[in-house]
Amino acid sequence: MSQASKIIIEDFSFYYASVQALQNINFKIRPKEIFTVFGPARSGKTTLLKSLNRLTDLIFGTSHTGTIHLDETDICDPKVDLTHLRRRIGMVFDLPTPLPMSIFDNIAYGPKLSGTNRRNRLNEIAEKALRSAVLWDEVKDRLNTSALRLSGGQQQRLCIARVLALEPEVLLLDEPCSGLDPISTASIEETLFQLKKDLTIILVPHNIQQASRVADRAGFFLNGELVEEGPVYQIFTKPKDKRTEDYVTGRFG
Amino acid sequence: MGALSTIAVMILILFQILREGLPVLHLSFFLESPKEMGREGGIFSTIVGTAALTLVAIVVGAPLGVGTAIFLREYTRESKVSRMIRFGTDCLAGVPSIIFGLFGFVFFVIHLNMGWSILSGGLTLAAMILPTVISTAEESIKAIPYSYREVSYSLGGTKWQTVTRVVLPGALPGIFTGILLSVGRSIGETAAVILTAGSSLIMPTSLFSPIRTMSVHFYILAREGISMKMAYGTGAALILFVLIINVMAQWLINRYIRHRT
Repeated sequence: MSQASKIIIEDFSFYYASVQALQNINFKIRPKEIFTVFGPARSGKTTLLKSLNRLTDLIFGTSHTGTIHLDETDICDPKVDLTHLRRRIGMVFDLPTPLPMSIFDNIAYGPKLSGTNRRNRLNEIAEKALRSAVLWDEVKDRLNTSALRLSGGQQQRLCIARVLALEPEVLLLDEPCSGLDPISTASIEETLFQLKKDLTIILVPHNIQQASRVADRAGFFLNGELVEEGPVYQIFTKPKDKRTEDYVTGRFG
Repeated sequence: MGALSTIAVMILILFQILREGLPVLHLSFFLESPKEMGREGGIFSTIVGTAALTLVAIVVGAPLGVGTAIFLREYTRESKVSRMIRFGTDCLAGVPSIIFGLFGFVFFVIHLNMGWSILSGGLTLAAMILPTVISTAEESIKAIPYSYREVSYSLGGTKWQTVTRVVLPGALPGIFTGILLSVGRSIGETAAVILTAGSSLIMPTSLFSPIRTMSVHFYILAREGISMKMAYGTGAALILFVLIINVMAQWLINRYIRHRT
């Protein structure tokens, strides 16, 4: 069974000071699937994602109980190498966040942090990452222009490419299409299907339709609690829990 | 009305100084050293003195100030210690320059036995510009979006890498502006400089040489009634230098910002 799970979350609870954001979460994520974490605002989705690559460390006064394992690595271990962990679990945020530098430098930022400085190697990495993020054809002639001049959809795909440049095993996406138009959204979803061949994706969708379109399995979160998880068709057509049904059919949310 | 009077005062000052001073400004005025207490000759040694003093002040004060700002913004949370440092900085900003001069005189010149020198004066000025450098650097570091830092960390960046590769490059224009203000203050300072760097007209040969800056030269020429003509000439040269430095710096900053966006 351990072979069939990429990430195992056990009895995980998370607190911001005295406010509990996640309550006793238990579930597993399989390799090379798109798992979608959905639910109304303030249900703990972002907290869960940021716990997976320990970006929660940046916030003062947080605490947690329980464990999260990535393969054999205990993510919550205070001694874990954060640099290495964050390279294995990359994250794309809800708003496009290109750094104020050229397209090329954005992609090269991660590899350079670990000492990859040879221009040839960086060129290869950039082309591969941009191709994977389906952005190469649009930007190949202007890699040295500022990333801030790209459109919103292109910026978000650049952010995905920037993460892919580190060749992560897991990709966390926190409402990656929330600020984007339908066409950009479609191209990002298309990108996700391509990426699924090589890596595990955890997606917080910006609406339920996106969750049902792209995901293999889904988990419904409400007030920091995992209400239920299972294959997407089951969650969206015959959910076991009344609360899931109410949310999926639009009775609240 | 207020804005208008500001401009009027500025134009009046500029007009007065340039009208009296410009006729004195020949190439020889810049390139010759003063003779007969400054009554004859040029102001070359005071230009060198001003540049050396300002350079020491910036080389010492800027890294210290920017470092403090980085420490306050990136390496500590709001705490008793950071509040205390900030309170100290604010107090320092309110200290009159003559007090800095007195401190520099007692501490650097006498106690550390550096004498009246470029070093004593430069270190005193460094202490004087510290509050400006710290607060402008802190403001511009604060203005860097949190999301940039989050991105850097999420790509495996360490705190140091994040500070040096994302935070500082973004804050550079603001930091630079603060340093520029400090250059202006250093060049214009008189009271603190007389007490710590002296007022020697001899060409400096090392960091331990006493010097006379242009502002001090201006002050002495006018105060001792040596030569109003030369005093205005020095004043006009001072204004021109500050103007040129500001224009060049602004051009550099704009170029840098345009390059990044």
